[in-house]
Amino acid sequence: MESTKIKGAEALMLALIEEKVDTIFGYPGGSIINVFDEMYSHRETIKQILTRHEQGAIHAAQGYARVTGDPGVVIVTSGPGATNVITGLADAMLDSTPLVVISGQVSSHLLGTDAFQETDVIGLSQPVTKWSYQIRKASDISWAVARAFYIAREGRPGPVVLDFTKDAQNELLEFSYEKCCFIRSYEPYPELQKSAIEQAAALINSAKKPLALVGQGVILGEAEAELQAFLEKADIPAGCTLLGLPALPSDYPLKKGMLGMHGNVGPNRKTMECDVLIAIGMRFDDRVTGDLKTYAKQAKIIHFDIDSSEIGKNVVPDVAVLADVKESLPAVTELLEKKSHTEWVDSFKIHEQEEWDRVIQHEIHPTQGAITMGEVVHRVAEATPKSSVLVTDVGQNQMMGVRYFKYFGLRNLVTSGGLGTMGFGLPAALGAALGAPEKTVCLFSGDGGIQMTIQELGTIMEYDIPVKIIILNNRFLGMVRQWQELFFKERYSSTVMKNPNFPALAAAYGIPGRKVFDRSELDAAITEMIETKGAYLLEVEVEQNGMVYPMIPAGTNVNNILLGD
Amino acid sequence: MENILYTVTVYTENMVGLLNQITIIFNRRHINIESLTVSQSAIPGIHKFTITVESYEEQISKVVSQIEKRVDVLKAFYFTDKDVIFQEVALYKIPTEALFDNTEIESLVRRYNARIVEVNRNYAVIEMAGHTEETQQLFDDLKKYRVLQFVRSGRIAVTRSSVERLSDFLSVMEARESKIKRECCQ
Repeated sequence: MESTKIKGAEALMLALIEEKVDTIFGYPGGSIINVFDEMYSHRETIKQILTRHEQGAIHAAQGYARVTGDPGVVIVTSGPGATNVITGLADAMLDSTPLVVISGQVSSHLLGTDAFQETDVIGLSQPVTKWSYQIRKASDISWAVARAFYIAREGRPGPVVLDFTKDAQNELLEFSYEKCCFIRSYEPYPELQKSAIEQAAALINSAKKPLALVGQGVILGEAEAELQAFLEKADIPAGCTLLGLPALPSDYPLKKGMLGMHGNVGPNRKTMECDVLIAIGMRFDDRVTGDLKTYAKQAKIIHFDIDSSEIGKNVVPDVAVLADVKESLPAVTELLEKKSHTEWVDSFKIHEQEEWDRVIQHEIHPTQGAITMGEVVHRVAEATPKSSVLVTDVGQNQMMGVRYFKYFGLRNLVTSGGLGTMGFGLPAALGAALGAPEKTVCLFSGDGGIQMTIQELGTIMEYDIPVKIIILNNRFLGMVRQWQELFFKERYSSTVMKNPNFPALAAAYGIPGRKVFDRSELDAAITEMIETKGAYLLEVEVEQNGMVYPMIPAGTNVNNILLGD
Repeated sequence: MENILYTVTVYTENMVGLLNQITIIFNRRHINIESLTVSQSAIPGIHKFTITVESYEEQISKVVSQIEKRVDVLKAFYFTDKDVIFQEVALYKIPTEALFDNTEIESLVRRYNARIVEVNRNYAVIEMAGHTEETQQLFDDLKKYRVLQFVRSGRIAVTRSSVERLSDFLSVMEARESKIKRECCQ
């Protein structure tokens, strides 16, 4: 009789193909070598991206997942390979990014013996994953992979780890595959409650000054149209969280900017003035709320979310609408009265004008002095296609990037929100470019963050990935410097940086680039960057002591907002 | 916010690593687990954790929702002592000669509704079920006769309510499963 048995490592590949995986980010090693051997056989079906570090692999997978909405897949070896992805797991967990991470593990008879490159991957990853599971026998593979993809992508997405022992990779099995569509202990989509919809609609119908807070839930639920219909019917102005920024296009009239510490003045002040606050797929992060004791105390609060553990976690709502916003928003919209709140919506203008006069104008149109970060972002935004994807690192470059870029597309922003991972930008950008090859991908990074994962220039070189890298170099760890200036008597402890010649470094990787010192060269350099096919590194020497304003100091409220003049 | 004792019950799938997933949620918030009992529940394949912790309503409600969020956790609940009927078991190992020399021990056993589960030449083992204060009281009373070993189990508890929320949950999920499986097949 002909044997149809295959090895566990091949079964993994077949399972990944069943899940329509087209790209794997990874790095080989001893405990995963059998899987890489099978990947070689399937290299025509699944593209393999060898990053230069496992942290690069997972951030690249995050970038890929954020622009496509599909789980990013990472394959790494045991021990250091697995520990190097922990930061990315924590980042993906906080930002609800779907990932399936497969780590090699030593053979099961060696588990617990401190074998070479053995670490307790399940123990290490449990606090920062939605699910993690050790595959010790080949017969578990199909079940575990199917379950992993289901858990990663359904409901509130998140990262999943499969720790795959070497003996299971070699074990023979009869392969069959069935997708997972149900887990009895997990309710990804809570059933919409009629009473919640009615209460929410009644509260919104009674509102004179409603304000919506829009989070990434709208993007994850792909509910852009549903959100717009909701906002328009009752004429509700909206502020967006950092990750929620692309949920509404930049020119959308009811979009009133970003919420939180470095957000816009209008929506932050109006949070303290509205009568009904409608949170949609957001989690009241401390960077959004500041001091919870004084946060929106005057308002009735409605919280739309898919995750029941978010309800009341930070802010206790008057009405909770527990469901996918794709489903709950239209249900509530149907019960809304057609209204206009012209006076209320117009009342944002005075704040917008104030912010323009006191902050934005100087930031994006400076007439003298050094180049500013905002100016660079603004000019890049104007020079690139509408559909461009913004990727940022973390810190001042991130806040300036998100404040002054543009958003026309639900998945056009990739940034590390919850964890604030420096070094996220460069690998995330290459992953985003692979996931959205038809779009221009612009990365804004700082001189600090870029050096945390700069080895990924090698990956960009090898696979010819067209990332536009803009380094906003202020020769400082800018955001920490900003805090030191404001709150630590200008004691610049470990924030001054002596940097390499970045374009020369890029050149070593065969990536063209240029450094700009003077405002007069900026436009030409940006044009050159855009017209260059493939990757390009543009370094801009910016104002050393630049500050991100507005700023609401941590733990306070909008009454303490700093505008920098 | 004054801390009181809460009983947390968690129903999970029978999988490796669940205990760790649950305890790290307490650990992250620096909540000390006072007692812990884990065993197979009445439903095959489902394990029940009974955990007691000192906490306050606002905190324990969030902790329980974080526990329930774990994929392999079916349901988690929290109760005050008023909501549950609960017991612990204690074992006391005493020298056999103390038992022979002191007739009071026998009357203590009777008074506390305890029982002697083992006697041999060297030692005797007394067992008692009750609340912490009760098993502690017997320990204090036995102390003068030299207690060689004393151990108390974690709490086990059943709810006073006549609503069986786990069974209700399971039947809802079963209905959902057959509906989803039907849709999947089409």
